[in-house]
Amino acid sequence: MLPYLRLGPFLLQTSGLALLLGVWLGSWLAEKEAPRVEIMPERVYNLVFFGLIGGLVGARLAYAARFLSAYLENPLSLFALNPNTLAPYPGLLIGLLVAFVYGQRKGLRLRPALDALAPGLAVFMVFLGLAHLLSGDAFGAPSSTLPWRIYLWSEYRHPSQVYEILLALGVLLVFIKRPFGEPGRGLNFLWVVALSAGARVFLEAYRGDSLIWAGGFRAAQVIGLLAMFAALWWMRLWSVRFFPAEREPGMQVEG
Amino acid sequence: MNSWLNDERRWLALTFAALALGVIWTFTSRAPAAATSGGAPPPSPREGFSAPDFTLELLGGGQASLSGLRGKVVLVNFWATWCPPCRAEMPAIEKIYQSFKPLGLEVLAVNLTDQDSEAAVAAFVQELDLTFPIPLDRDGSVSARYLLRGLPSTFFVDRQGVIRSVVVGGPMSEALIQSKVEELLQESE
Repeated sequence: MLPYLRLGPFLLQTSGLALLLGVWLGSWLAEKEAPRVEIMPERVYNLVFFGLIGGLVGARLAYAARFLSAYLENPLSLFALNPNTLAPYPGLLIGLLVAFVYGQRKGLRLRPALDALAPGLAVFMVFLGLAHLLSGDAFGAPSSTLPWRIYLWSEYRHPSQVYEILLALGVLLVFIKRPFGEPGRGLNFLWVVALSAGARVFLEAYRGDSLIWAGGFRAAQVIGLLAMFAALWWMRLWSVRFFPAEREPGMQVEG
Repeated sequence: MNSWLNDERRWLALTFAALALGVIWTFTSRAPAAATSGGAPPPSPREGFSAPDFTLELLGGGQASLSGLRGKVVLVNFWATWCPPCRAEMPAIEKIYQSFKPLGLEVLAVNLTDQDSEAAVAAFVQELDLTFPIPLDRDGSVSARYLLRGLPSTFFVDRQGVIRSVVVGGPMSEALIQSKVEELLQESE
């Protein structure tokens, strides 16, 4: 665990750096994938970029809306570089909405666009695990007997962040083999979602910070199960209703 | 895998097998009742854990202990006079303290006295006319217990003594402090 790195007068949040690296590498891979699904790389880059900016702005505005009086008194605080004043879930929703609107305006077809994003998503999940390892978030359940237990937050625990990284690497390895052939049908994206959701269902059992629902059920497992089932079901639907992607005007495809 | 996907029965079998395994795993890995009905979380300096307790002498005399403030929302701020962002955020903390003290807010601005001088602390407090208690961490034991990685570091502690938010670095904006404090004050005891 190395949550902060001091560089002179600056205190850098290492988990934030890992996430930025994951986004950068993920975007780069998505741009590389774009020509294979006959989408111009800059459009995929813009899709990610606008989604991220929209998500960040939306997360800050949603947080400010919740504490309106505080921000009305100090409106400049809206521009503070502090991740503590972001509302993550509304931000995610707004980011997805902005990316969707951008895609619609540019005429991007949904399934090829999703497939272009698939390798980036798979790589980003590895860096998400790395960010958790650096910050000590998403920590494991207590364990006093496990030979590879780690001491974290006052107790010996499962190294759940290491499990998370290994599982994400496993998903990436399975994905890289492209078991469903060439991208463009949306299957690669759904496959990454299904595998990642399945991994989360497995991993959550070893987490020490689960949100617990009635009956002792872990919320992330229930949501992960639904996501995995939906992704696998959709894969079948999209595999039988495939229409070749239209080539964008002016798009040059190698080979 | 393509052949599996093209065969509807095979793919459905795979889908439902994965779902069944997942349901069994989810059911068997349910959290034990103790996880939801147990007492306070163990002390550790992070969100969701009990704030490590401490008792320190105050600038100007007297003592303050964190556990003695149970039932109040407590802002625990670690600072030093040589740290510019620490100095910069003090007026905002004072303003919020004045506004929300009647509603149940307490501030403990723990000075890292092992890296500071009491004379400088007293001069600074007088200069800014700070009214909240300034505990003096003369041997650095409290900052060590809170695993400080940088200054300033601020822990927002709820009425049950659980850390609900941690802000490392600064200066914190007034809106940030107010939003965190308001959220905790609105929760019933």
